[in-house]
Amino acid sequence: MGVGIEVTTLNAWYGSNHALQDINLNIPANQATALIGPSGCGKSTFVRCLNRMHETIPVARVTGTVIIGDLDIYKDITPVEIRRRVGMVFQRPNPFPTMSIYENVAAGLKLNGYSSRHVLDEIVERSLRNSALWDEVKDDLKKKSGASLSGGQQQRLCIARALAVDPEVLLMDEPASALDPVSTSKIEDLIFQLKAQYTIVIVTHNMQQAARVAEKTGFFLNGRMVEFDTTDKIFTNPSDKRTEDYITGRFG
Amino acid sequence: MSDGAATGLAVLATVLVVAPLVAIFAYLVYKGASSLNLAFFIDVPKPVGEVGGGMANAILGSAILLAVGSAIGVPVGIAGGIFLAEYGRGTKLANAVRFTADVLNGVPSIVMGIAIYSLIVVPQGHFSAFSGGVALGIMMIPTVCRTTEEMLLMVPNAVREAALALGVPNWRSVLAITVKTASPGIITGCMLAFARVAGETAPLIFTAFGNVGWNARLDEPIAALPLQIYVYALSPYDDWHRLAWAGSLVLIVLIVLAVSLVRYVTSRGVLKGAS
Repeated sequence: MGVGIEVTTLNAWYGSNHALQDINLNIPANQATALIGPSGCGKSTFVRCLNRMHETIPVARVTGTVIIGDLDIYKDITPVEIRRRVGMVFQRPNPFPTMSIYENVAAGLKLNGYSSRHVLDEIVERSLRNSALWDEVKDDLKKKSGASLSGGQQQRLCIARALAVDPEVLLMDEPASALDPVSTSKIEDLIFQLKAQYTIVIVTHNMQQAARVAEKTGFFLNGRMVEFDTTDKIFTNPSDKRTEDYITGRFG
Repeated sequence: MSDGAATGLAVLATVLVVAPLVAIFAYLVYKGASSLNLAFFIDVPKPVGEVGGGMANAILGSAILLAVGSAIGVPVGIAGGIFLAEYGRGTKLANAVRFTADVLNGVPSIVMGIAIYSLIVVPQGHFSAFSGGVALGIMMIPTVCRTTEEMLLMVPNAVREAALALGVPNWRSVLAITVKTASPGIITGCMLAFARVAGETAPLIFTAFGNVGWNARLDEPIAALPLQIYVYALSPYDDWHRLAWAGSLVLIVLIVLAVSLVRYVTSRGVLKGAS
């Protein structure tokens, strides 16, 4: 089951660049939450703070509190542990190029020491079914490299890989921006199904996409969160002038 | 410039690259093949004046020296490359290591021989296969180290991030993901280093020393193909000259076989569409 996320006065820096300023946000469990805003507004940095990937960049720094479930992820738990609970799908599909489809999905478990073949087989199949890829790849699981799939299939493979470690939250950083419309709609259908089991946070450039998949939407601008509300409200009756300007296409 | 001219230039360049190798190989076959017989591969050298004899002990010796050298050069070089690319990026220590490796790469091989002579042979009081292997191993380190670094730097950061985002500890991600992804290039680097030191004579003169008989012990002087070729080629005897040609041919063929074998073994299991 998914868990909620409480973010309090989150600030993040790249060197002297203050990329996120005083973000406060409650992300509900088992819903999809979309983050929109122009390029460089901090939305990707924000999701990278939710699984502590931000700090893998040498000059990066972060302050504030992020509570996922009942854990303060910057106090109670190591980065490695939190990343097993909070999965991530990146903008460009990034399967492990030397691994088969099967090995890609099993990688997170195998590299954390699980080795029971029987259990792995079962988890790989379940994850690929959950990412709607199983029927397309079931005959080539161990024969084909993950890199041999099409872009849309690769992205669903990456979703399967993230699901295989059984996270509570799934972060998606513009998961469809490098994909064609058909693949994009497959990913969006998938987000609908995955909500039942996971809390989903999706960064997107595409406002129609946010409107289609998310219950709640946050609008980011210049490192601050301008407005956070139900998707319906954000797109029909935003409270802030800047949100309105952005969604009506006046800038960005 | 037309496409035809560009293609012509590319073909010309290819011929210029391939021609020297083909020419050397053809000349070696012409000069050496006639002296190759079973005795060459199973006998030790005969004293001057006796007909026949072979270089079997030198073939074994080269294999042992290269095994010792690879056992030192490959792990140290790869570990150094991993440090440079994955851990030390931008640090002073990494810059120092990189500079040292580049200087080491430029050290003349005869100097390497003398250095090992004074560091190992003199304290131990005798020449040995071990000291020769160490000399070859140290010569392999810079090539292996720098190619490992270059190949790891070519692995996209997205692959590292994918592993970390799965909750894989960094060291495990480096070994199981990044190094594995770069492994074809790293293996090429190891093969380059191997092939280069396989033909080295100078570092062995003061270390392995050479041996006219059989030896498989690491603490005694040992024969090596390049040493044997060197001694025979400088001798005044015609049949030794012929054996030197045959030895050169065998050396090159063995290097090609070893490199091909490693390539074959490591290319099995590569998947359809793997990049």
